[in-house]
Amino acid sequence: MAALNDRSQATLSNEEILRYSRHLIMPEVTLEGQKKLKAERVLCVGTGGLGSPLALYLAAAGVGTLGLVDFDVVDYTNLQRQILHYTGDVGRLKLDSAIDKLTAINPLVEIKRFDTYLNSRNAMDIFSGFDIIADGTDNFATRYLVNDACVLSGKPNVYASIFRFEGQASIFAAESGPCYRCLYPEPPPPGLVPSCAEGGVLGVLPGLLGVIQATEVIKLILGVGEPLIGRLLLVDALVMRFRELRVRKNPECPVCGANPTVKELIDYNQYCGIRGQESEASTSTKVPEIQPEELKRRLDAQEDIFVLDVREPHEYQICNIHGHLIPLGDLPRRVHELDSSREIVVHCKSGARSAKAVDFLRRSGFKRATNLAGGILAWAERIDRSVPKY
Amino acid sequence: MPIKVLIPTPLRPYAGKQSVIEVTAKTVGEALSDLVAKHPGLRRHLFSEDGKLRSFVNVYLNDEDVRYLSKEATPVKETDTVTIVPSVAGGI
Repeated sequence: MAALNDRSQATLSNEEILRYSRHLIMPEVTLEGQKKLKAERVLCVGTGGLGSPLALYLAAAGVGTLGLVDFDVVDYTNLQRQILHYTGDVGRLKLDSAIDKLTAINPLVEIKRFDTYLNSRNAMDIFSGFDIIADGTDNFATRYLVNDACVLSGKPNVYASIFRFEGQASIFAAESGPCYRCLYPEPPPPGLVPSCAEGGVLGVLPGLLGVIQATEVIKLILGVGEPLIGRLLLVDALVMRFRELRVRKNPECPVCGANPTVKELIDYNQYCGIRGQESEASTSTKVPEIQPEELKRRLDAQEDIFVLDVREPHEYQICNIHGHLIPLGDLPRRVHELDSSREIVVHCKSGARSAKAVDFLRRSGFKRATNLAGGILAWAERIDRSVPKY
Repeated sequence: MPIKVLIPTPLRPYAGKQSVIEVTAKTVGEALSDLVAKHPGLRRHLFSEDGKLRSFVNVYLNDEDVRYLSKEATPVKETDTVTIVPSVAGGI
């Protein structure tokens, strides 16, 4: 790739020669390849599920400069898969935690930290210091932003995304192949595609896909093999099947096509709907709400309120507030179980699914349906600390 | 003729939790129509209000995007597999 800066000048010390000896004796790498790795600058956008194995392997492999973009703080629910972060790191900035581990693995790597949310104002500037961008983010707004900034700056975007047991990986390198917009011209409307926070993800799955990203980054740097350009790898870990689909360059692509309409970065939160981040907490449907404190007070006063829980049975098992369980997907055919004359308070985990349920119920004649603001998470936080959060 | 449609994880809740659904069709369009006839909950995920295939849902016939074949009119044969490839953003 483009690291013409000091690649030819990169030299390896005796310590480095020993450290990378298993690379140096491979005909696909050799001393020359290892020098290329040392001279290369790779930006990892996100240090979470995908970013953890990605950055760990790139650091171990001897990529000379690693950039990390993250603004987030480590929380307990990250530990099931984000192997850069340890239990003792909960509450720390992910960047601080990540840099500790990466430096411990390979102190020879230069790490550049970007303690920020990647956005249209800073993306081009941040990308300018790197040769390859690896996208390990978790929302459509940032994915379109990373894509467009890569196309506009002529840099390859080594991509992966995950959901439960399934993953996708590709390289979007618009100079020679298609970009993300060639594959997905438009983002889905907010709320239609569940995020990992809503749908869950198998802990090892980002490991699998992040390592595929790391492999593709290293192949790009070395210039060996067949990169995943123009191919979408589909991984289904449940049946352990890998498939490959062709991705063609769309001549009418709005950003990398012959007559592009996107010539500079746009407002991606607006482009992808208000929910830039696919957090369940933000609701896309405006429906009447009740605060947990108000519900608690009225239940304690023995008021006639029917509590409806629209989560899935396995979530109900984790914790519940004795609501009547009808999963959101089953609500249309089980709506007869409800009494439209009664006041119904609907809740889910954090308020998004229940907002959809309330919207549906109100349109179906249940005019006294309201949404529990913040869902059972808010209840656990503010009313009953014995209810576990998940 | 019977052909297989592969359903990705995010859409399985709307397809009776199945990962493969057999449909009867002569074209990709017929395969999708038969699919949403069998599983009406899938309709809004695959088609917009005006009945067009949604732009963020990709449909592949074997390993080729049907946008680069004859779209919904693309003929199918018995050994073919139609795959629905939705956009997924998760990563952390």
